[in-house]
Amino acid sequence: MSSSPTVSFFDRPNSYIGRTVPRPNARKLLQGRGTFVDDIVLPRMAHVVFVRSPHAHARIVSIDRTAAQEMPGVIAVVTGAELAKVITPWVGVLTHMKGLKSAPQHAIAIERACWQGEAVAAVVAESRAEAEDAAEAVVVEWEELAPVVDMETALNSDTPVIHPDLGDNLAFRRELVTGDVDAAFASADVIVEQVFHTGRHTGVCLEPRAVLADYQPADGKLTAYQATQAPHMIQNLLAKHLNLNETDVRVVCKDVGGSFGIKVHIYPDEMATAALSVLLKRPVKFIADRLESFVTDIHARDHRIKGRIALKQDGEILAFEIDDRTGIGPYSVYPRTSAVEANQVVNLVGGPYKHNAYRAATEVVFQNKTGTCQYRAVGHPIACAVTEGLVDLAAQKIGMDPAEIRRRNLIPDDAYPYVGLAGLPYENLSHHASLNKLLALMDYDRLRAEQSELRKRGIYRGIGLASFIEVTNPSAAFYGIGGARISSQDGCTIRLDPTGTIICATGVTEQGQGTEAIIAQIAATAVGVTMEKVRVITGDTDATPYGGGTWASRGAGIGGEAALQAGKALRNNILQVAAAMLQSAPEKFDIREGIVVDADSGAERLPLEEIGRVVYFRPDTLPKGIQPEFVVTRHYVQKDYPFVFTNGIQGCYLEVDTETGFVTILKHWCVEDCGTIINPQLVDEQIRGGVVQGIGGALYEECIYDDRGQLVNGSMIDYLVPMAGEMPDIVVGHVISPTASSELGAKGAGEAGTAGAPAAVMNAINDALQPFDVRLAAQPFTPERILTALGKVGSGKTRV
Amino acid sequence: MEQYDISVIVNGQKVRRRVSARQHLIDFLRLDLSLTGSHLGCEHGVCGACTIRVNGIAVRGCLMLAVQADGATVDTIEGLSDSGAIAELQDAFHKHNALQCGFCTSGMLATAAELIERHPDANREAIRAYISGNYCRCTGYHSIVDAIASVLEARRGHRSAGGAA
Repeated sequence: MSSSPTVSFFDRPNSYIGRTVPRPNARKLLQGRGTFVDDIVLPRMAHVVFVRSPHAHARIVSIDRTAAQEMPGVIAVVTGAELAKVITPWVGVLTHMKGLKSAPQHAIAIERACWQGEAVAAVVAESRAEAEDAAEAVVVEWEELAPVVDMETALNSDTPVIHPDLGDNLAFRRELVTGDVDAAFASADVIVEQVFHTGRHTGVCLEPRAVLADYQPADGKLTAYQATQAPHMIQNLLAKHLNLNETDVRVVCKDVGGSFGIKVHIYPDEMATAALSVLLKRPVKFIADRLESFVTDIHARDHRIKGRIALKQDGEILAFEIDDRTGIGPYSVYPRTSAVEANQVVNLVGGPYKHNAYRAATEVVFQNKTGTCQYRAVGHPIACAVTEGLVDLAAQKIGMDPAEIRRRNLIPDDAYPYVGLAGLPYENLSHHASLNKLLALMDYDRLRAEQSELRKRGIYRGIGLASFIEVTNPSAAFYGIGGARISSQDGCTIRLDPTGTIICATGVTEQGQGTEAIIAQIAATAVGVTMEKVRVITGDTDATPYGGGTWASRGAGIGGEAALQAGKALRNNILQVAAAMLQSAPEKFDIREGIVVDADSGAERLPLEEIGRVVYFRPDTLPKGIQPEFVVTRHYVQKDYPFVFTNGIQGCYLEVDTETGFVTILKHWCVEDCGTIINPQLVDEQIRGGVVQGIGGALYEECIYDDRGQLVNGSMIDYLVPMAGEMPDIVVGHVISPTASSELGAKGAGEAGTAGAPAAVMNAINDALQPFDVRLAAQPFTPERILTALGKVGSGKTRV
Repeated sequence: MEQYDISVIVNGQKVRRRVSARQHLIDFLRLDLSLTGSHLGCEHGVCGACTIRVNGIAVRGCLMLAVQADGATVDTIEGLSDSGAIAELQDAFHKHNALQCGFCTSGMLATAAELIERHPDANREAIRAYISGNYCRCTGYHSIVDAIASVLEARRGHRSAGGAA
């Protein structure tokens, strides 16, 4: 460890920790000069367009491609069976998800399509337009099969089994019992229950999924330019299924146009694109169009949860109980599986609250719809909606203010370490400090007074609160122990160049969160240089240390700690050389703003450029025995906890128009605790963006299927997302409880907004509608559902 | 496929090309001219990522054909950047972190530039309404509104200071 003076790296003279610094890599994006996959053009590049199943479940009787093959520009029309000669199928299971099963899945369907949108043939042509033309000329004869659509009946004996070899449509089941649940409910003064639905929705990254695969037959090397969050995971999967050496596969990930978990998986059409490049021995580009994105990007959140809560008349919560079911599509998605979301729901319900008994059951079932998997805040918004919905319902039943019932039941701030009822440890949460801060920011009492005053005039406003806990900085417990080669550790290599610039290569990746900015801030601070003297390299398996990438709110906490340790080590190495040059001891010096200074006086001694000049060009002048090591790598893995939990609370103030059913969000607040904050602006922006995605799920977003398994709103015209006009200003506050599991102390912040927003919106709507004695629990809370609940329109087929 | 000769002034330079009748203007810019700064998010006129300026008006590049631009003046993010026309907005977006992934940004800036010209007195609500045709999935819009509002404010300050002088 360090032989230099003990310095807190957060208040060094040129520390960037805790400072808002504009993102250095934003300039190019502001000029439209980023490099997204579709911007890359290679010699002899071909384009692939997929022929996709129009049916949810159908047998492929025949594929006639004679006409297509004759069309202009067409290079090849390839079926699933032909492609299977170069790429092997996969099964999306993890061993630690006990009992999880799935069926082998091919890059292109063979014999049978299992959801509307599954690729059944690939058309490769010289241009995208020609490939699209030819794809229309491929004639597929179908024999429709009965689809499994309704998750509620998926396990019934008269429902067809999608994969007969699996025996039934059950992918995964988990039950958890902690404490004496029956006794807790028996001793309760009040029991309330509610059935919640969280609508199936999807990520709608503005840049669709994209890959450009370039196989070089001479040396057997494959380069995949891919819009992904996890380059090393993609490298492993492409090598494994294409039978290539892993080191012969390079994954390059330049700018990525939004990800949110959508781009943390590998998709069959992406695998197929790489396989086509191998098969055709030329670069092949696949850019999903928006319509196929809706039926092939993973969906998420399709849950029905029956929830119960037991409490005493004084508001003390005794127990939670949930019965969850989710429909995941025909296959468990590879490689992270489609069981993780349900598993998280079980882990998280009741999480912020003291109680003594918890029973949870979840069933994950197959259906003939688009696959579901991890989307931002995996499971959290579902668990949070159930927990917070039940708490509010209970508060209403006993006539207690929603803020007060939380004050009585949130785990006390001095109770840590604390183990939640799902068995997961919480290191140091700050529920009460967060609640107090939120109520102050909201001016809660004034809002309540305003609400009550306006209600007399027929204006229905509601206030919703939602506490949450959030999984961040995951250990190997997430994927590694289940057999997936998805790294929980990450590394950072930092080198000092002759100009005094430091180059940081990191395994965590950038999709707009500001990863490169915070890595630069940490490295600049640790080494002692200004931001202008830092370059960051991400997203290239040939150039960065092996790592997991950016997901599960791990970029700052894991990647950031590796950068801190690498920077400190490089700083020590630089100081040793400087000390030798200055004929003194390393501990006498510090590095500030790129200059070696006397630690005590701050007097400038040697700029890094001068050290660089000597080390790289005049090493002959260095004292004998000095071997400068100006490239340093350090790694970090979080081993203290399965996950480093964070917490926070959100508040929503909105108005419901009881004539039209429209909801207007007037303002939204979030107080969160992500530990050490590296860049306050970037944290706030993660929270705001996350909140709005959560609001999208609560009010607008839903993948609506008909009873034949057809997605009926799969376009941007029909699938609504939040737009600027409907969104409120969002106030963000912080409580800071650094984790002791790293020196940096940073926890994640990327998913907190999405975790709590839907519950806060739901509680606010129900609060607004209290005078009407109705309660909504099926997201999204559309005008139709609100008017139906109010009895103003017929119920039809709408869930209320 | 029917082909047409077109002549377009793109970012201040006259460009002559032969294009397919069916080619969208955005594909012409991205594929034929390698101006990849305008992005394709939906190709059905909803997301706004391909918003460019045609004869000074913000237009969806995916809803116009290249042949329709014959004789027109087209400005893309690259040209607007190099001319300095939107430098204030770019600086404000940078300062407020009014972009994350950057995919919507070119179109958002084109829309914002039009707003600033046409509605110098726009308040936050009016800004939100004006940019409601441009998706952003990352920011939640708040910072974009902040950035645009700050440019308008600075210009108003400038205007009133100038008026008083």
